[in-house]
Amino acid sequence: MSQRAKQRSGWSAALVVVVIASLVPVVWIVMLSLKTPTTVTDGSFIPHQWTLSNYKDIFNAGVFTSALRNSIGIALISTALAVLLASAAAYAIARLDFPGKRIILAVSLAVAMFPQVSLVGPLYNLWRQIGLYDTWPGLIIPYMTFALPLSIYTLSAFFREIPWELEQAAQVDGATPAQAFRKVIAPLATPGIATTFIIVFIICWNDFIFAISLTSTTKAETVPAAIALFPGVSQFTQPIGDIAAAAVVVTVPVMLLVILFQRRIVAGLTAGAVKG
Amino acid sequence: MSTGVATAEQPAAVPPARGQHLTERAKSERRLAAMLVGPAAIVMVLVTAYPILDAVILSLQRSDLRFPNATKFIGLSNYGHVLSAPVWWQDVLHTAIITVISVGIQLVLGMLLALAMHRAIFGRGAVRAIALVPYGIVAVVAAYSWQYAWSLNSGWIPKLLGLTSDPLSHQFTTYVAIIITEIWKNTPFMALLLLAGLALVPDELHEAARVDGATTWQRFWRITVPLMKPAILVALLFRTLDAFRIFDTIYIFNQGAQGTESISMLNYSTLLNRLNLGLGSAVSVLLFLLVALIAFVFIKGFGAGAAPGAEAR
Repeated sequence: MSQRAKQRSGWSAALVVVVIASLVPVVWIVMLSLKTPTTVTDGSFIPHQWTLSNYKDIFNAGVFTSALRNSIGIALISTALAVLLASAAAYAIARLDFPGKRIILAVSLAVAMFPQVSLVGPLYNLWRQIGLYDTWPGLIIPYMTFALPLSIYTLSAFFREIPWELEQAAQVDGATPAQAFRKVIAPLATPGIATTFIIVFIICWNDFIFAISLTSTTKAETVPAAIALFPGVSQFTQPIGDIAAAAVVVTVPVMLLVILFQRRIVAGLTAGAVKG
Repeated sequence: MSTGVATAEQPAAVPPARGQHLTERAKSERRLAAMLVGPAAIVMVLVTAYPILDAVILSLQRSDLRFPNATKFIGLSNYGHVLSAPVWWQDVLHTAIITVISVGIQLVLGMLLALAMHRAIFGRGAVRAIALVPYGIVAVVAAYSWQYAWSLNSGWIPKLLGLTSDPLSHQFTTYVAIIITEIWKNTPFMALLLLAGLALVPDELHEAARVDGATTWQRFWRITVPLMKPAILVALLFRTLDAFRIFDTIYIFNQGAQGTESISMLNYSTLLNRLNLGLGSAVSVLLFLLVALIAFVFIKGFGAGAAPGAEAR
């Protein structure tokens, strides 16, 4: 028994290490964002002079606020569309008997493994021809596509856990399959859908490669792309304080989601993963 | 892929094994399934298949946006250019180094993290939330945080290690910094995938082995690992493919300077900095084939076929 107690305290010590390792880079970027321009390059972990001026700077510059608006709008719309399409597909996969089920899962898996940079060239070319370059739909379409596979897997895993006897009961009472879906199953499926929404939102919010390739102005540029292109005082200096402040602002919503919904995110990510 | 769509769109077509007499109910079930699956399938196939076909076509052409009028069909010569260029093979090597080292370390740390999360007695929720932070953080932000931490100009790491020359101006230390960034960002996801497999290992087996006198180490290797093999393979497959496509971290660190250029970085700069769509598309197609090859080796060779969704009936 005492050996087990020793092991347990060993694992607890490991968890302390995990917590520190997870948080140091986050705390570091926060600290950087609070340094004054003269001390930002002093290499000290904790600022010698504290300031909020970096935050004032970025919110006064139009580039960042429009990027924030683009990020929120594009991520929300892409996520909503992906979850909507995936919910329908996942319901069919979890519930209905039809040929081609394995093929749709294989297609999803293939899309999930797709090297996204391979699409950048053709999409860049096509978007410029049909006027989608540097627009919201120009980003929403690829985001939605690459969010679909994970959404389908996660949702079909959740949907399989739902007590389907209720659906059968509704059908016995005369409901069509479509009605049974809408009135009985949809409410039961809401937690799984919410979880998938959060996970997919994080993916869309984080994207960089499409954002930097398919946008060029404040019309559609999202925060990750805007940060990477922040103009410095001169060509050779990066505005470290501004970048750090913008990084903190774009991180806050995701951190809140992760901390508030950690149980659901873990359940969602592991539900979509292999079972035996 | 195209057969997938065809099947999904025409589910009423009767497969031979199913027999001739579908009930009215089964038919309506198939119609409903087609309506439900159709939109997602069409979006995925259109948005990926069309551009990849376009990439294949572009890769067979001389197509340079700086000389739009000089576009013409040139066969496989773009591929010849890419495959005979030392930069391609160097970038394949860079990508392979980063992938193998970072995924290998992620597997070890991810397993430890999964075991720790599995066994933790206190603060399980809080620890899990904090361990998820690197997963949730924007990749660009993670890269900036680590880049500024390593840079001699601003960072605490050179100060801590007492370095006098910039670690990010040397190839070896730049690799160390990039790989640490990748490990930090991706270990939580690896741990979550492994945690799902860990939950399937029955406690009774461990108890029985313990009674028979097996040590912790023996039980880990003889019980936990074999039972988790499918989960480990899937986690490795996903993480390897993702690491192989590394772009964000390298773009933010140095856009591929110091001999760290990855294939995705090369692809991006050929397409969007040099605007050479023909050559860039050849790189895209080659990258696509490499990724497909890795997936094939994992799925056929190691039997990672029990990938997510294999449990789908």
